[in-house]
Amino acid sequence: MNDVTPTHPTGMVRQLWRLGLGRAGIIILIAVAFAAIVGPMIFPFDPAAVGADASSILQAPGNGHILGTDELGRDVFSQLLTGARISLFVGVMATIISTIIGASLGIFAGYYQGPADTVLMSITDFFLVVPALPLMIAMGAIFGQNLSIIILVIGFLSWPRTARIVRSQTLTLRERQYIPRARSLGAKNMRILRVNILPHVMPLIIANTILVVAGCILSEATLSFIGLGDPDRISWGSMLHFSFVSGAIGRGAWWYFLPPGIGILFVVLGFTLAGQALEQITNPRLAADV
Amino acid sequence: MPYIARRTLTLLSSIVAIVTFNFLLFHIIPGDPIRLIARSQHLTADEIAKLHHEYGLDGSLFSQYLTYLKNLLHGDLGFSFTYQEPVIDIVKRTVGNTALLLTTSTLIVVIAGVLIGVFAGSRHGKRSDSSTVIAALVAWSLPTFWVGMLLVFTFGVWIGGLPISGIKTPHAIYDNIFQKWQDIGMHLILPTLTLAIVDIAFFVIISRTSLIEVMSEDYMLTARGKGLSRRTIVWGHGFRNALLPVLTASVLYISALVGGAIQVEVVYSWPGMGLLTYNSVLSRDYPVLEACFLITAVAVLVANFATDLLYHKLDPRVGVQK
Repeated sequence: MNDVTPTHPTGMVRQLWRLGLGRAGIIILIAVAFAAIVGPMIFPFDPAAVGADASSILQAPGNGHILGTDELGRDVFSQLLTGARISLFVGVMATIISTIIGASLGIFAGYYQGPADTVLMSITDFFLVVPALPLMIAMGAIFGQNLSIIILVIGFLSWPRTARIVRSQTLTLRERQYIPRARSLGAKNMRILRVNILPHVMPLIIANTILVVAGCILSEATLSFIGLGDPDRISWGSMLHFSFVSGAIGRGAWWYFLPPGIGILFVVLGFTLAGQALEQITNPRLAADV
Repeated sequence: MPYIARRTLTLLSSIVAIVTFNFLLFHIIPGDPIRLIARSQHLTADEIAKLHHEYGLDGSLFSQYLTYLKNLLHGDLGFSFTYQEPVIDIVKRTVGNTALLLTTSTLIVVIAGVLIGVFAGSRHGKRSDSSTVIAALVAWSLPTFWVGMLLVFTFGVWIGGLPISGIKTPHAIYDNIFQKWQDIGMHLILPTLTLAIVDIAFFVIISRTSLIEVMSEDYMLTARGKGLSRRTIVWGHGFRNALLPVLTASVLYISALVGGAIQVEVVYSWPGMGLLTYNSVLSRDYPVLEACFLITAVAVLVANFATDLLYHKLDPRVGVQK
């Protein structure tokens, strides 16, 4: 049915494009990435550019401010573009950390099995059930509020699902005939892992990674909304935090609290659609077929 | 070992793990909890020394851990400096409000989610099915707190008509208990709706997939061959069998639910554990934050335990050692 092999990266992208929802996801992500990269160059955000007087505060769109101003008279549209960078950056970096931890634990546990597997999977199951947000809040409050700590906290708490999925895939791969054959030819464990296991778990890892980005971006937004964001960096979550505590809702300043939320929705949806479609390609039984 | 005994053992070891983890997180990593308290309070050297002794911080790490466990077993969760009262008393006041919010929302979310999911799954491949899935994916991508903000704006500012803050009308005097619960019920509408909008999606997706899988089983072909009506097949046979996987998935959901509840409580100033967590973050009231985390985590572990037992009861094959 499929003429391109899903294990090949370009093949994956081509198949992804053919699935309607996957295509929608890719288009959303390209649009947001473009806005995040190019946007701030065209509309540079100057945090010092607070309003000159009371009339510049929470201004409705117009007067040179495409999306009006915030509670300090700063331009909301420029914040939105800069915020896209931070939200995407935190989401992607946290995902990289989470994927490295999850994938290595999963492959290791699945390949070596035995007591190492039991111990690693008990730890995984523990982190799978411990409520993530309360733990992130506690760690964020203890370790302090800056970007790298937020990335580390989210990354270190988002890996259990990856570990589980990668482990079960490694378990099935391990039973394939070519593994004992490779071993009888004298291949060492590390070589088998690198040559026979990793390339075959990779498509699954990529599909899962993209779904994890969605979760990490939501986590960052929520943490920043709670007030644990980096005070020096504007993200979509921290924009919503300030719009909430400054009473923008009561004053009907929709231009302040609508755009960042729509931004989060689009990015998360983009990654979810792309990830779901990829999962469908790489692991049809696992994915919720759409 | 019977399943229940094994599962109880897992629960107990998880609780010990979370208590230990909590101890390390709040007592060791930040250095000195008294320093954290002193950061938000002006304390004299004498007071600090006294606190050190009270918390058992003048001993070794292990003896500190034992003191911590002993205090915990006596229900001593520390003292809040912002509230000026024992943490356990604050928790007692708030935990019920969260339980009320979680129970109401969970009931609505699970029932509505499963019904919609099974309905969509039974029309697999049709337009109504794919649009339900897309709607669910969009809803699941929404930040819960933002949905709350939108509803606050809609029903508090724009259209009006529903209470957007707290659990009761301030200074209200009730003639009878019925009026009181009516007031609470009104305040419950928007927080529940917020959680429902996002979380129903989870159960829609899970139960839809589950039903589609069940419908492809051989016995479904038999049922169809017997000439049973479509409705009997879906709701009589498919629905029941699709429920089990949904129950397994709800284990993952419990953790997400707690996260959603924190956000909803913040947005609507619902006086529960989530709002308490938020306030303790803002005021850096570490003893309160620690208690909130510990209680939430243990509650989630216990809820998972209960779900697993229920699953085992419904499907005794579960947990049979191979």
